[in-house]
Amino acid sequence: MSAMDKVSNKDFVLKISTQSTNLKIIRDFITDIARKAGFDESASFDIALAVDEACTNVIKHAYRGGDDKEITVKVRYDSDKIIISISDTGKGFKSELEDEAAVKKRLNSLQRGGLGIFLMKKTMDEVVFDKDSDLMNSVKMTKYLH
Amino acid sequence: MQTDIKMNIVEKDEIATLHVGGYLDAHTASKFESKIQELIQSEKYNIILNFANLEYISSAGLGVIMGNIEDIRNHDGDIKLTEMSDKIYRVFDLVGFPSLYEIYKTQEETESSFGSKS
Repeated sequence: MSAMDKVSNKDFVLKISTQSTNLKIIRDFITDIARKAGFDESASFDIALAVDEACTNVIKHAYRGGDDKEITVKVRYDSDKIIISISDTGKGFKSELEDEAAVKKRLNSLQRGGLGIFLMKKTMDEVVFDKDSDLMNSVKMTKYLH
Repeated sequence: MQTDIKMNIVEKDEIATLHVGGYLDAHTASKFESKIQELIQSEKYNIILNFANLEYISSAGLGVIMGNIEDIRNHDGDIKLTEMSDKIYRVFDLVGFPSLYEIYKTQEETESSFGSKS
């Protein structure tokens, strides 16, 4: 379930449910915009990786809460940078019942989380977690073209 | 749309090669973990991860390798990596894998490196 709204030429929003199967859709969305913004293939890969890691954190939180929520990915670029904000602003709703062992297994693979934040900081120029927000997960990342 | 991971195991002498293709992220990492566990449970401790067809890896995939290496090395085995593209190597490089794991250009070189151990 996804909806992509083109707000203006350089503003994009993707709202998508917190399912790990959607990570590929999110990466493709980001890679396309990063290329449009002028980043080369390698830098676009880095940006998509950082966004994947941030969204994985949101998904991890959603699983912990037992809810299926929505991730909002907002992207803006101008002549010298791309700014990406990620949050789980959507209203929570109970996901369909899932086999307990499957959930445990998935959580286990998602929980090795420290590396993800490390990669976000390595691949982006600025990573800011919004601690004042009442949202559980909100992060803003910037990468400059030069 | 293809979002999945493709894996198969090829065994040759005392070496098991796990060919991993597609996308290794938080969605597919549990399948990757199961394959590694399968090798450990059948006491295959000389493991080559061949990433020739791997399109993508995130920390979830790196975490699986890191989470199992101690067990494998305690059994006098190792996980060695090979045939990855430049973009995949870059992710390993960012987190310092080259100083912790043996990474080779070709499958053949990797197999030989196990041979030279004994």
